[in-house]
Amino acid sequence: MSEECLCHNDKYVRDALIPQIGIIQKITQETPDVRSFQVIKPGGGKLIDQMPGQCAMICAPGIGEAMFSITSSPTVKEYNEFSIKECGELTTYLHGLHEGDQILVRGPYGNHFPVEDKFKGKNLLFIAGGIGLAPLRSVINYCLAHREDYGTINILYGSRSKKDLVKLEEIQNVWEKAPNTNVYLTIDREDPEWNGHVGFVPTYLKEVGFDTDLTAIICGPPIMIKFCLQGLTELGFSKEQVYTTLELRMKCGIGKCGRCNIGTKYVCKDGPVFRCDQIDELPQEY
Amino acid sequence: MKKIAKENLPKLFAEVSAAMDLFTPVKMADVTNWGLWDDSRVADLDTLKTVKSPKDVFFPQCQTLYMVHHDDNGFEISPMKLTEKPFCVFGIRPCDVKALTVMDQVFLNQEPVDTFYKARREHAVLVSLACHKPAQTCFCKVFGTDAAAPDADVAMWKIDEFFYLEAQTEKGTAWLDQFADAFEDAEGAGDKIAKEQDSIRSIVESLPYTHLSLEGWGPGKVEEKFNDPHWKELSDACLACGTCTFVCPTCQCYDIKDFNTGHGIQRYRCWDSCMYSDFTLMAAANNRLTQMQRYRQRFMHKLVYFPENNNGLYMCVGCGRCVDKCPQALNIVKVIKTMGKENADV
Ligand SMILES: Cc1cc2nc3c(=O)[nH]c(=O)nc-3n(C[C@H](O)[C@H](O)[C@H](O)COP(=O)(O)OP(=O)(O)OC[C@H]3O[C@@H](n4cnc5c(N)ncnc54)[C@H](O)[C@@H]3O)c2cc1C
Ligand code: SF4
Ligand code: SF4
Ligand code: FES
Repeated sequence: MSEECLCHNDKYVRDALIPQIGIIQKITQETPDVRSFQVIKPGGGKLIDQMPGQCAMICAPGIGEAMFSITSSPTVKEYNEFSIKECGELTTYLHGLHEGDQILVRGPYGNHFPVEDKFKGKNLLFIAGGIGLAPLRSVINYCLAHREDYGTINILYGSRSKKDLVKLEEIQNVWEKAPNTNVYLTIDREDPEWNGHVGFVPTYLKEVGFDTDLTAIICGPPIMIKFCLQGLTELGFSKEQVYTTLELRMKCGIGKCGRCNIGTKYVCKDGPVFRCDQIDELPQEY
Repeated sequence: MKKIAKENLPKLFAEVSAAMDLFTPVKMADVTNWGLWDDSRVADLDTLKTVKSPKDVFFPQCQTLYMVHHDDNGFEISPMKLTEKPFCVFGIRPCDVKALTVMDQVFLNQEPVDTFYKARREHAVLVSLACHKPAQTCFCKVFGTDAAAPDADVAMWKIDEFFYLEAQTEKGTAWLDQFADAFEDAEGAGDKIAKEQDSIRSIVESLPYTHLSLEGWGPGKVEEKFNDPHWKELSDACLACGTCTFVCPTCQCYDIKDFNTGHGIQRYRCWDSCMYSDFTLMAAANNRLTQMQRYRQRFMHKLVYFPENNNGLYMCVGCGRCVDKCPQALNIVKVIKTMGKENADV
């Protein structure tokens, strides 16, 4: 074609649906069914610059592609980390990969937690269940890295059992030791190796009984989110104070494939982070 | 204004297709659909509605996005080439042209731009044919389309055995110039065309759905319409076949899948349908469990969500394809009438 060819013009950037190559530099077995993957560019360095709460599409060619939260904080400049729960075709395949293997990645997608405005100067309460820690971990580490910008940080995290607590080492060695930070851990059932709290997250939440001057952020299975919201309401929280993330099936991640809408909102683009009063305005279809 | 006799079209098509890809409606096995013209094919400009809309030309039913090859050094990603040469879409109808502007909202006017679609849109010359015999199922006027005045690079009318063509954009002028030898001058045909337009418009006026009222639909109606009790009975007979979404010129939902060619992995996208039960299926849940919810999604998207997000633009152009093709006679007209206002006498 001639030089006039439009396609070689700057107007045509690489399509958003075309991924980059990522190298898995480190794999950590977090729990029996969750592994974390640190991913870098082929030449080294961070693949995606993101904000806390944003996600990326990970693809294993020939197997499939799915959305995952970037669990490392934006303040980590060396790599992006994903914590992935084995639950289907792609995730099982990813669990079979080794350090040094390649995957395809595109993103970042979605909005992010309002760490730069609404959260600033606030006392925060993070509530997570199971793999729901993945999106919150990036916010927590971001806030800890900018410690002076936020008030007290409370973290309430629970899982089925001790071995199902994701990132337990980091929680005990970093978060519990951070200034002005309180960590509350719980597991669902008694466990001889556990001498901490036992009970479901929503119940523990009410037992601790947090002050209503907190901004709360909840992430976890839908049923846990529901009961935590009820618990917070009983404690006197208003919905404007509570943030959560929604999870729907996604294919494009950019608001075009038509898959992830709830009413007029696309969870991939307008979410995944929503304030609970905003969720109330959506049609009941999530 | 230019004109060309019907019998000379094959010659024009031969010239055009020698210079650029030419898409026309073509009849095969009694069904007319859009296809790449070559001299073994006869363009069918008489059939009013192709079964599938020309969205295929811009947003193909199946389209490879990139290839992934794997060797000892790892993956190599090769994005598919974008359309780089002009091509012609000859005989597209006014409602289908309007449908492209609806799809533009999704693929062009909202970041990030879909480059595959953009390249095709920018390289296309649209030659649009007026609808001389609109059908009973047409209701394009409801959405502001004038079947008598195609809004495209070149507008075209068929009167007696001649096609009259008028350029409406620079691209259209250039296209007519490029193939000037094939056309005769038709200055002074304005009256003839105006008369034909009157006739078209009077047919349109008499069509059964032409005065369908959209009152009660559009922006701001999410809660009211979502909770309307009529969805249940309207959707009861739906087979979830997806026909309505595949024939629709504005339905843009897609899936992205893998195909192992034996030499590499093709990552391709293909049309999908919100009418299918696995469209939103996830491990732990499915946010649309019933056909009622899926049926409601399709029409809420077209008549409420999309207009709310796009300054009142509806995601329907009144082409009537879903009215013709739904095996259960469940269609958007029924929905608009049943839940809208002021349609009691329509
Ligand atoms: C915004 C967002 C953030 C996410 N973050 C994480 C994360 O940080 N860590 C993590 O482990 N998972 C996360 N997920 C879920 C992850 O996308 C799914 O687990 C993944 O799609 C399953 O793919 P698979 O091929 O292994 O399963 P499949 O073989 O495709 O399917 C197994 C089951 O999972 C279902 N499924 C398909 N897509 C999804 C989906 N999006 N969510 C849930 N189930 C699905 C299938 O319908 C099927 O029932 C996130 C999802 C979204 C939408
Ligand atoms: S909804 Fe039906 S009438 Fe409207 S544009 Fe789609 S196929 Fe045509
Ligand atoms: S509305 Fe009609 S065409 Fe559409 S999926 Fe249902 S039965 Fe099929
Ligand atoms: S994932 Fe395609 S629209 Fe959200």
